[in-house]
Amino acid sequence: MKRTIPILITFITGGIIVLAEFIPPWAILREHVLIYFQIIAVFAFFLGGGSLLKINCQKVVRKREDWQFAIVTLVGFFIMLALGLFKMGNPEMVDLGFAADLNASGSWFKNVFDAVKAPLSASMYSLLAFFIASASYRAFRAKNSDATVLLVSAFIILLGQTFVGVVSTGWMPEWMSFFKVENLSLWLLAKANLAGQRAILIGIALGIISMSLRVILGIERTHLSGGDE
Amino acid sequence: MNRKVLIPIASIIVFIGFVLLKLDWDGADRTHELWEALEVTAGGFLTLMIFSFLYKDNAFYKFAEHLYVGISAAYWMCVGFWSNLAQQAIPHLSQSLSEALGQPFLGYIWHYWIPVALGLILLTRLLPESMKIGWISKWTLAFIVASTAGLFITANLQANFIAQIASTMSLPLLPDWTGFGDFLSNFDLSYEGQFVKMFSNWVIIIGVISGLVYFFFSKEHTGWFGRVSRLGIWVLMVTFGAAFGYTVMGRVSLLVGRLTFLFRDWAGVIG
Repeated sequence: MKRTIPILITFITGGIIVLAEFIPPWAILREHVLIYFQIIAVFAFFLGGGSLLKINCQKVVRKREDWQFAIVTLVGFFIMLALGLFKMGNPEMVDLGFAADLNASGSWFKNVFDAVKAPLSASMYSLLAFFIASASYRAFRAKNSDATVLLVSAFIILLGQTFVGVVSTGWMPEWMSFFKVENLSLWLLAKANLAGQRAILIGIALGIISMSLRVILGIERTHLSGGDE
Repeated sequence: MNRKVLIPIASIIVFIGFVLLKLDWDGADRTHELWEALEVTAGGFLTLMIFSFLYKDNAFYKFAEHLYVGISAAYWMCVGFWSNLAQQAIPHLSQSLSEALGQPFLGYIWHYWIPVALGLILLTRLLPESMKIGWISKWTLAFIVASTAGLFITANLQANFIAQIASTMSLPLLPDWTGFGDFLSNFDLSYEGQFVKMFSNWVIIIGVISGLVYFFFSKEHTGWFGRVSRLGIWVLMVTFGAAFGYTVMGRVSLLVGRLTFLFRDWAGVIG
């Protein structure tokens, strides 16, 4: 029962969605499934939040390494949750009640988002610029022909975005403007890159289709393994 | 005093000091001014805390990192609750609940209890393992995986397989062709010129085919097949180079954005 029911659910749900593509009256089923999916996604968020809570509470109670920072996570979590779920400090609450926009201008939820989450997100990703610089140092070595092609294409694209790059080939006449660095950079991104992207996309599509079929037909069952079977 | 206590207290005092410095005391709307000062100061402090990782892993970075995790989890929970559960499910399930949440009741649809039930089943994973009921969450997992697989099959078949092949094969090999004489007399290497257009189309068609040949592992890559596969590797290398260059640009522009915020909005040293 623990294995059979999930396999049946997989087969019936997947089968209906695929068939709905070819049977027009069933198209509404696909729309419903998409809504189901969004509703379940909310519970998945709750599962994630609950799991975070559980792990961090355990960390604090058992005083594991860096338990003090688990308190920071918990405090941040509860503050944001209270501000968002109860729409605390939302100026629209006075007139609209809970119909107020969650991200209304001046709401505490939005203010905390702007003051904490937005700068943290941007800083985390911008931090990668430094690590990418060190990765470039390793990647940008013309060890063989393949690495040279990679190096040259990346170099041209980067050069095309700089003032020096534009100036260095700015003297070229219009009839050979293809060789201007900014145009070469654009061409590499829009044309040469497109060829590889398409080959990869077609490969990925074939892989996803075959994998999805394996899942629906119950050949692939790894997602049902683990845990207390 | 213990260093572990002193550093947080000192940090809080410095933070409050910066907020006070940023406050515009003459502002008409005091609450708004306070939020703005808090926003800029918190943004600046948190940015510096994250950047402190460049020196080494430290308490300030860990503080910012843990705060980010907590805030992000709660943020997505709230957004999910209000935009999906409150707006899509509850207005079709309960009139009293939808009114309490300020949403109009849109008519009862019984089968919307299915995803709610599956969602609640998913939450059984949070129950203690000793209850031995967590396995039931695999029903929801099966539904998620199956619906994703079902949607992916048709979506990928259309958008990433048929559409990509059609776009490639519909490219004209001789665009704007009016004859060999015209082609030679108007020959140039301008970016919008006929030759570059033709060259680009050839590169795309040959590039896609050779790239696919490289991914075809059922035949040994030797002889002419190997040579085409080798060309495919080069095409893929150009793609990876482009992706790498593009990523570098994206990250650097984010870094520039953060530095601009730090030096202009927070420190006020540039105009």
